[in-house]
Amino acid sequence: MEAKSLDYQKRKRPPVFGVDIAIAGLTKYVGGKVLYEDFNLEIASGKITCIFGPNGCGKSTLLNMIAGLTPLDKGQLRFGGKPRSQVKIGYVFQNYRDALFPWLKAIKNIEYPLLSAGLSRVQRRLRVEELILQFNVGFDLERYPYELSGGQQQLVSIMRALATRPNILFLDEPFSALDYEATLAIRDKLQEVFVATGVTIVMISHDLEEAVYLADHILLLTKRPTRLAEQVVFNRSRPRTLETLSDPEFVRVKAHSLDVFRREAS
Amino acid sequence: MPDASKRSQLSPFADNFFPFLIANTGTLLLILIWWIVTALGLIEQVLLPSPIDTFVALWEGIFGGDLIRDFWLTLYRSLYAFAIAAVLGIPIGILLGANEQLYRSFEFLIDFFRSTPATAMFPLFLVVFGIGDFSKVAVAAFAGGLVIFFNVAYGVMNARKTRIMAARVMGTPRWRVFFDVIFFETLPQTFIGLRTAISLTLVVIIVAEMFIGSTNGMGQRIIDAQQVFDMPDMYASIIATGVMGYGLNQLFLLTENKFIHWKGR
Repeated sequence: MEAKSLDYQKRKRPPVFGVDIAIAGLTKYVGGKVLYEDFNLEIASGKITCIFGPNGCGKSTLLNMIAGLTPLDKGQLRFGGKPRSQVKIGYVFQNYRDALFPWLKAIKNIEYPLLSAGLSRVQRRLRVEELILQFNVGFDLERYPYELSGGQQQLVSIMRALATRPNILFLDEPFSALDYEATLAIRDKLQEVFVATGVTIVMISHDLEEAVYLADHILLLTKRPTRLAEQVVFNRSRPRTLETLSDPEFVRVKAHSLDVFRREAS
Repeated sequence: MPDASKRSQLSPFADNFFPFLIANTGTLLLILIWWIVTALGLIEQVLLPSPIDTFVALWEGIFGGDLIRDFWLTLYRSLYAFAIAAVLGIPIGILLGANEQLYRSFEFLIDFFRSTPATAMFPLFLVVFGIGDFSKVAVAAFAGGLVIFFNVAYGVMNARKTRIMAARVMGTPRWRVFFDVIFFETLPQTFIGLRTAISLTLVVIIVAEMFIGSTNGMGQRIIDAQQVFDMPDMYASIIATGVMGYGLNQLFLLTENKFIHWKGR
């Protein structure tokens, strides 16, 4: 048995393999009415994809169906060619208060996914320490979630979602319940983690500027029955800074996306 | 009010006296009004004895009479009934709460029994369990059990879906989701059920002691005192029973706050 060295920084950590997602023929009825019908989509691996669309077009439902939380009526989902059972997914919910476990301390929340992963206590502890370093956590994780601020709670949620080194990370409007300062801080952290691990990120956002700023691909959806109106590509290199916001390409992509959105939402 | 310079000269008793007065203004005011009303003879002695007489009766009951024995018997019966109620109510509540379809198929029956006053069931329980002590406990357990069952089932059915989804997407196996998430999620509602049940079992036991041929217990004590018009003893017994109810509720609240530190956050 190899010696459990605490030099985890020096040890070569295998990169996270982000996988692509292939959605074929997805059909979903909600309340008797069609939401998705024969919907096809390809989400690129190792990229950040932001989903943007009008209210009620089923963005959260789409994410939940891919994650396996909501059943689909018809269709096939493939993750890097494999079925759902063979891929690891992390999910960050919009409402962190309802997603974290208040009876566990923050650090235990982060550790929780690892309990079902068959790791020993030492291995779990090491992984949590690794996350704490990676996220540069400055607050006390021995506190309960309700003792932390909104931004801190959402950070804990993200850390928990990444604990098992998932292939895909879903975020459902992760910043909508946070103040601006927390949003900026976590956005940057998210970018850092993305660059370091290569995980596939799929994010729902209600803020178009934020969506374009973070994304490699912006998926613009239509109203029900939902279809893909357009897939816009924004491939500025990372790390992106606040200067990117005044970049002419950024402005063009954002304006174009807004046009498409307006057209579809009316 | 004594100012700071004088405070060091006052005894610790006096230091605590004023805050004590302020915190208990309501109670003290009530006792004062009670005393004034009886002193002025505004209400007949037969209906309302003076606080002094009541206190004397209480004292005599504790040290010279059977009050402690009656108090203990009522408490014992209530707790016994509560224990049965919890042991039966919690598992069945979890079972039906976890299975929404099963719950729906029993829903009418459940609502019907919930709405029927448990005290209306007394004669039925007498027939089944006889005139002894246990029939009282049984009715109280039935009433308490229904309340616990209902609260537990409700808690399970209304557990925050987001948390369960979060656990499932992490790849947690179903049994783990139940013990790690659903169990804790439903604890606050379960405790509400437990607290309601203990109050309810006390009520039912008191009524049973009053009217179902009991030779002891606080209920029997109260009704006996009323029948011989021993008002001070009656009032004293009622107050003692109130103290029991209050004490039980406080005990449960303390346990709840210790166990469920995240409640209401």
